[in-house]
Amino acid sequence: MIGRTAILRLAAGAAGLGAVAGIGFLAYALHPAIAPIAPPAASSFSADSVERGRVLAAGGYCAECHTRRDGQQGVPLAGDYAMATPFGTIYSSNITPDAQTGIGRWSLAAFTRAMRQGVSRDGANLFPAFPFDHFTHMTDGDIADVYAYLMAQKPVHSVKRENTLPFPFDMRILQAGWKLLFLHPGAYTNDPAHDAQWNRGAYLAEGLSHCSACHTPRNAMGAEKASAPYDGAPVDNWIAPPLNATNPTPVTWTENEFFQYLRYGVAPLHGSAAGPMSPVVHGGLSEMPESDVHAIAHYLANIDHADARQPGDAQHLATAMASSTRDLTTPQTSDPDARLYQGACSACHANTGAQPVLGRPELALNNALWLDEPTNLYQVILRGIGTEEGQEGITMPSFYHALTDADLARLAAYLRRTRTTLPPWTDLEKKAAAVRATLPAPPVAASH
Amino acid sequence: MTSFRLNGHDVTVDVPEDTPLLWVIRDEVGLTGTKFGCGIGMCGACTVHVGGRATRSCITPVSAVQGADITTIEGLDPAGNHPVQEAWKDLQVPQCGYCQSGQIMQAASLLHDYPSPSDEDIDAVMGGSLCRCMTYIRIRDAIKRAAAATRGEPSNG
Repeated sequence: MIGRTAILRLAAGAAGLGAVAGIGFLAYALHPAIAPIAPPAASSFSADSVERGRVLAAGGYCAECHTRRDGQQGVPLAGDYAMATPFGTIYSSNITPDAQTGIGRWSLAAFTRAMRQGVSRDGANLFPAFPFDHFTHMTDGDIADVYAYLMAQKPVHSVKRENTLPFPFDMRILQAGWKLLFLHPGAYTNDPAHDAQWNRGAYLAEGLSHCSACHTPRNAMGAEKASAPYDGAPVDNWIAPPLNATNPTPVTWTENEFFQYLRYGVAPLHGSAAGPMSPVVHGGLSEMPESDVHAIAHYLANIDHADARQPGDAQHLATAMASSTRDLTTPQTSDPDARLYQGACSACHANTGAQPVLGRPELALNNALWLDEPTNLYQVILRGIGTEEGQEGITMPSFYHALTDADLARLAAYLRRTRTTLPPWTDLEKKAAAVRATLPAPPVAASH
Repeated sequence: MTSFRLNGHDVTVDVPEDTPLLWVIRDEVGLTGTKFGCGIGMCGACTVHVGGRATRSCITPVSAVQGADITTIEGLDPAGNHPVQEAWKDLQVPQCGYCQSGQIMQAASLLHDYPSPSDEDIDAVMGGSLCRCMTYIRIRDAIKRAAAATRGEPSNG
C-alpha cells in the first residue's frame, strides 16, 4: 500500500519533471528576434543569383500562396492569400521587400531561419501552412538565391487580413510542439543507394517543390501522415490524386507520363493539369530546366517502382479504349444517360483508335473517373479548362449553366459504370451541389 | 480585357470575363456565321475551333480563351473552299442550313483526328451536332467525300 507521503512525493516529482520539461520546451519554442536590417538595394544582389532565385521561386510556387486571389487580385508576392485549413483561414504574408509590411528588414539569416525552422524574424513561430517542413531541405545556396530574388522585387505596402484561427490554434507557441513532432530540419543529403537524377528529383520533390504537401493526406494535427506518403488527399475542393501504387487509373503513371504532365500540362494516358495543379505546371515547373522536371518525374515514378507495375498496361489501355465509343455507334441506344453523354461530351472525348488523340482526353483512362470521389470530375465539368491551363491553347467549356446537379449525377454515374471497373459513387447529386457551391461565381454567363 | 487571334487577326475585347465566346464572336466582332442553337452546349451549332479543337462557343467564357488561336466558319478557308465545304456544296448537304457552320467545323476537326473516318468514327464524334432537318446521311457522305479529296483520291459521284 502506498502511503499518503509517497503519493505527495510522486506528485512533487512529476511536477518537477513537468517543470523541467516545460522549461526545456520553452527553450525550444522561444526564439530570439533577429535584428532588423536596412532594406538592401536590389542592386546589391548579383543578377545571376536573382535569376537563379526567380527560377527557384517559380519551382516552389511562392507566388501561388503569397498572392491574394479572393475578392480582388493582389500584387504577386504581396501576400494575403486566403488559405482555408481545417483549423481556420490563414492569410499569407507579404514577401515583397517592403520595410513595414513585407520582409524588407529581414537579413539572409532571418530568411534562412524561416525557411529551415519556420520562425519569423521577430522570433514568432510560423504556422506550417507555410511548408517550411519542405523548404528546410533546400541548400543554403538555393535559399540565398530565393532571398536575392525576393529582395530584388519592387516593395509593395500591403497589410494582410487577420487569421481566423480560433483558440488555441492561434497560439504560435504551440507550433513549437508541432515542429518537435513533425519537422525534420536540415538540408537534403544524397542517398548513395540512388543515382544523381533520383537524388536531384528527391531534393526538388521533397524540398523546393513540396509535392507531398498536397498529395499526402494529413493527420489531425495538420501534418503529413508519415505512414501514407503520396496516398493522395483533398485540397482546395479538389482531390490531389495518389502518386504511388495506390493510384487507381488503369495505366501506370510512368516516368514519361509524369514528365509529359509536369512539363506540358497533359499526360496522354491520364489527363490534364487542371485546378490547383495547373499553376504548378504552367506558372512553376515550366520555368525550371527540363532536366529538373525529368528528375522529378524520375523520382515520382520510382516511389513505388512504376517500372514493375507496367506489364498490365497494354491490356488495360486496350480495354479502356474499347469502352470509349460505347453507346455512341450503332445500334443506337435509348439510355437517356448515354444520350446525355453523347450530347454534352463525346464530340470532344470519344476516341476510336488504339491510343487517345492528343487534345481528345480519354475519360476511361482519366484520374477523374477512377478516384474514390467524383470531386475532380465535377470541378472540371462545372469550371471548364482555360487555354492557359491543362494542355495549352485548347479549352473545355463550362457546363455550369448547361447541366443541373441531377444531370451531373447522371453523367458521373454513367461514366463510372461504363468506363471504369470500380464500384459506383454514392450521393452523387448531393456531391454535385457541394462542388458547385465551392465556385465563387459562375464561370460563364447563361447563354440561353 | 481578353486578347486572342480570330481567323488570323489579333482581337482584344473589353467585356465581362464570363461573357460567352459566342457573344463576343457575333456581337463584338460581328462575325455571324457561327450560330446560337441551344445555349447549353448540347447541339453543336455554335462550334468553332480553339487551338484547332472543335469547341462549343456558347458555354465557353471569353476569359478561357486568353491568348488562344480561334477559327470560325469565316476563317476555315480563305475562299470558303475547305474540302468539307466543297463536299457540302457538291452533295447539297444543307436543308435549312442553320446547323451547318457548326457541322462543318466539327467535321473539319474530325478529319484532323481521323483522316479516313469510318461510320463509327463519324457517329462517335458528330453525334453531338444536331440537325433538325435530319440530313445526317448526307453529312456522313460529305465527310467521307472530303476525306477522300484530302487524300487526293478522285470522287466517284
